[in-house]
Amino acid sequence: MTVPPEAGLQPERTRLAWRRTTLSVTVATVLATRLALSNGSVGRVLAAVALAGWVAALLVAHPRLVASRWRRSAAAVPLSALAAVAYAGLGILLVIHTAA
Amino acid sequence: MFGAIRQWFDPREVRQVGSTPDYRFSLANERTFLAWLRTGLALIAGGLGVAQFLPPSPTNHLREVIAITLLLLGGAVALRAVDHWARTERAIRLGRELPASRFPAVLALAVGAGAALLVVAVIAGGLGDQ
Repeated sequence: MTVPPEAGLQPERTRLAWRRTTLSVTVATVLATRLALSNGSVGRVLAAVALAGWVAALLVAHPRLVASRWRRSAAAVPLSALAAVAYAGLGILLVIHTAA
Repeated sequence: MFGAIRQWFDPREVRQVGSTPDYRFSLANERTFLAWLRTGLALIAGGLGVAQFLPPSPTNHLREVIAITLLLLGGAVALRAVDHWARTERAIRLGRELPASRFPAVLALAVGAGAALLVVAVIAGGLGDQ
């Protein structure tokens, strides 16, 4: 998919949508890290996993935020969905570990 | 199902189908996916919030059940978002009708039912301070 230079506002709207999405990921990371840190030594490992996941998600989204790199970032959509699923899985692990 | 997952990842395979659409349709499809992803992330954040900010429930692990339900729902929304994105991209390329979906209505009903259950739980004293 090439974006012609006279592309108008749609690419900008899409970049902004990615930016809003990375903000949501950041919120989820803060909550996951906070929950993990109240969980002892296992929790500290999981907090590190959450932070690593945050960096990975930002790296996945970055090409979609930079106009010149679009053509090589086709996997950004499925990878970002998998990142969200990973956060859900991490959250479930943390909840079970806290309750146990 | 694995074919569907493979389809999410292979841009070449998507490009072999049909013809390249007006870029605006692809971008609109992508923004729709991102809106659904944010919905899923909001549910995940809600689950994480319930797990740490709700006081432990007097009844059996109710707080944990609510948290895990929200987390599972958020993950499901994220998976459904990428699947719908891939199917829609295919349909746009082939000039077909966009895939119909009952998921938005299902999600709305689930959230409504969940909210109603929470009202009952709060009134019945299953949550929060006694």
